[in-house]
Amino acid sequence: MNPRNAAWAIGLVALIALPFVYREPYHLHILVLILIWSFAYTAWSIMGRFGLVSLGHGGFMGVGAYVTALLWNHLGVSPWIGIPISMVAAGMLALVVAYPCFRFRITGHYFVLVTLALSGIVLQVITATRDHTGGSLGYTPNRAPSGHGLMALQFDSKTTWYLIALGVWVFGLLIWRWVDRSMSRYAMEAISEDEDAAAAAGVNVTAEKLKITLISALMTALAGALYCQYQMFISPDTVSGIAVSLQMVFAVIVGGLYVSLGPTVGAVITILLAEVLRIKFGTNAVGWDNLVYGVMLVVFIIFLPKGILGSILDRLKTQPKKA
Amino acid sequence: MQGFLDIFDIYLLEAVVNGILLGGVLALLALGLNLIFGVIDVTWICYAELVMIGMYGMYYMVQVFGLPYWVAAPIAILLVAALGALLHYIVIEPLLTAPPINQLLATGGVLFILQSFATVAFGIDFRNLGIRLPVLAIGDMHFSYSRLLAFVAALLGMLAVYFFMTRTYTGTAIRAISQDRQIMSLMGVDTKRIYLITSALGGALAGLAACLLVLQYDVHPFVGLSFGPITFLICVLGGLGNFVGGFLAAFVFAQIISLGGLFSDLEWGYVLAFAFFIVMMFIRPAGLLARRS
Repeated sequence: MNPRNAAWAIGLVALIALPFVYREPYHLHILVLILIWSFAYTAWSIMGRFGLVSLGHGGFMGVGAYVTALLWNHLGVSPWIGIPISMVAAGMLALVVAYPCFRFRITGHYFVLVTLALSGIVLQVITATRDHTGGSLGYTPNRAPSGHGLMALQFDSKTTWYLIALGVWVFGLLIWRWVDRSMSRYAMEAISEDEDAAAAAGVNVTAEKLKITLISALMTALAGALYCQYQMFISPDTVSGIAVSLQMVFAVIVGGLYVSLGPTVGAVITILLAEVLRIKFGTNAVGWDNLVYGVMLVVFIIFLPKGILGSILDRLKTQPKKA
Repeated sequence: MQGFLDIFDIYLLEAVVNGILLGGVLALLALGLNLIFGVIDVTWICYAELVMIGMYGMYYMVQVFGLPYWVAAPIAILLVAALGALLHYIVIEPLLTAPPINQLLATGGVLFILQSFATVAFGIDFRNLGIRLPVLAIGDMHFSYSRLLAFVAALLGMLAVYFFMTRTYTGTAIRAISQDRQIMSLMGVDTKRIYLITSALGGALAGLAACLLVLQYDVHPFVGLSFGPITFLICVLGGLGNFVGGFLAAFVFAQIISLGGLFSDLEWGYVLAFAFFIVMMFIRPAGLLARRS
C-alpha cells in the first residue's frame, strides 16, 4: 500500500469514527452540510473541469429536492423510490437541454447562458406552481409517523445523517476518480481543447459530453434530495436558481477545479465563512456572506484561478524540482 | 409583479400590443448585452443587476431626495454608465487575456456583489417610485402610459445608439473593433479607450432600461433575476453580438411571454418562452451561428 492510499484510508477511518467520539450537535450539523454541499460541488466540477461551465445545476438540484418532497407529500411515495425518480427527472431535463446544445455545438458563452436560463426557469416553475410547492415561501416534507423514519428517510440523529452524508461524499469522490482515470477524461480534454480536432480523431463529441453532463446532473439531483431530507425544509432560493448555481461555481473555483478534494475545500471555506459571519453579526449578516463570496470569487479568478488547494498542490509539486 | 400581472386583461389584441411594448424594453437590454459581447467579447452575467442598481438610484433620487423624474433619469443613466466603465476597468481589464469563461464567471461574482450590496444597503423591501401614470383606454383595451413611454424611449435610445455607431468616429471604431480585434490597434485606435467607452455605453443602456422599468415594477435586490435570464435567452436566440437578431428575438420572446401570461400566470409565460427556445435550437440552430468563431 503506497503512502497516498494509506493517507486516504486513515483519513476515512478518522472521519467514520468522528461522530462516535465527538457528539456536539451543532458541529455535526455543520459537517453534514459541508459533506452534502461538497458532494454537489464535486458533481459540478466533474463537468466544469472540462470547460463545460454550467450555471444550470441549481435547476438540477431544485428538481432533485422538489420532486422527492412532492412525491412524498402528495402521493406518499417513499424517498427511497422518490429520489431515484427525481434523479431520472433531472437527468431527462439535462438531456433535453444539453442534447441540442452539444449536437449544434453550442459552447462557451452560449452554453453558459442557456444553462443559466435553465436554472432561472426551474425557479420560475417552482414559484409558479405555488399551489403545490408553496412558492417562494418554501416547502416542508411531511413528518413520518414515529417508527417509520427509515422508510421516509427521516432521522433525528445527527450521527445517522453524518454517516449517510459521509458515504455519499465518498461515493462522489469515487465517481470523480473513476472519471479522472477513464478514457472519457482524455476524450473530454481533447474536446475542451478543440472540438473539431477531437471529432476528427474519432471522439464522439456529443455522446461524451452528454455522458459527463448526465453523471453530473444525476449527482446534483441526489445532493438536492438529500439536502431536502436532511433540512426538512426547502425553498426555491436555497435549492434552485442562479444564486445556487453561482454558489457552486464559486466554491469550486475557490477550492480548486482540477483536484479531487478542491470542491470539498471550497465547501469547507464557504460554509464556515457563512456560519462565522452569521454568528458574529446575527441577522445583520444577511447579504454580507454573499458580498464576501462575490468579492472573493472575483479576486480568486483574477489572482488565483487554480483555487486554494490546486495552487498549494502545484507549489508542492514544483518545489522539490527547484531544490 | 402584481402591477405587471394586472395589465394582462382578457383581450388577445391587448396582449399582443402589450407584448410589443414589452419587446421594446427587452430589445434595449439585449442591445446593451450584445454591444458588450460584440466589441469586448465578454458576457456580463450581472447586466440585469446593473439595471437593478439603476432602479434603486431612481428610487432614491425621486422618493428620498425629491428630484423630479426628468431630472433623476439622466443622472441615473450617467450613474450606471459610470458603473459599467468601472466594472470593465476593475474586473474585465485584468482578465482580458484569461480564458473567456473566467471573465464570465468574474461577472458572476459581480452579480453576487451587487445583489448582496443592495440587500445590505437598501434592505429587501419592495420599493416603488410612487408615480402612477394614467392608463390609456382605447375601446375596451387598456394600456398604461408607463409602458408606452418605455417603448418609445427604448426605441429612441436604440436609434441614438444606431446614429452614434454609424455617424461618429468613435462609433465607427467600435464597429471596426468588433470585426477585427487585432488589426485595430495597428490602425491607431486606442483599444483600451474604446473598450471603456463601450462599457460605459452598455451601462448607459442598462441605466435607461432602469429608468423605464422602475415605472412599471417595484424594485428589490433580486429584481434582476426576473428579467435577466430572459435577456440572455434573447441574445443567444438572436446570436450573441448580432444586433438585428437580438432586436427581432426580443419581440418574439415578448409576444410569447405576453400571450402566455394571457392564458396563465406570468411565470408560465417565461417557461413557455424557454420551451420555445429549446425547440428553436433544434429547428433553427443556424440562427445561433451568426457570430460563432
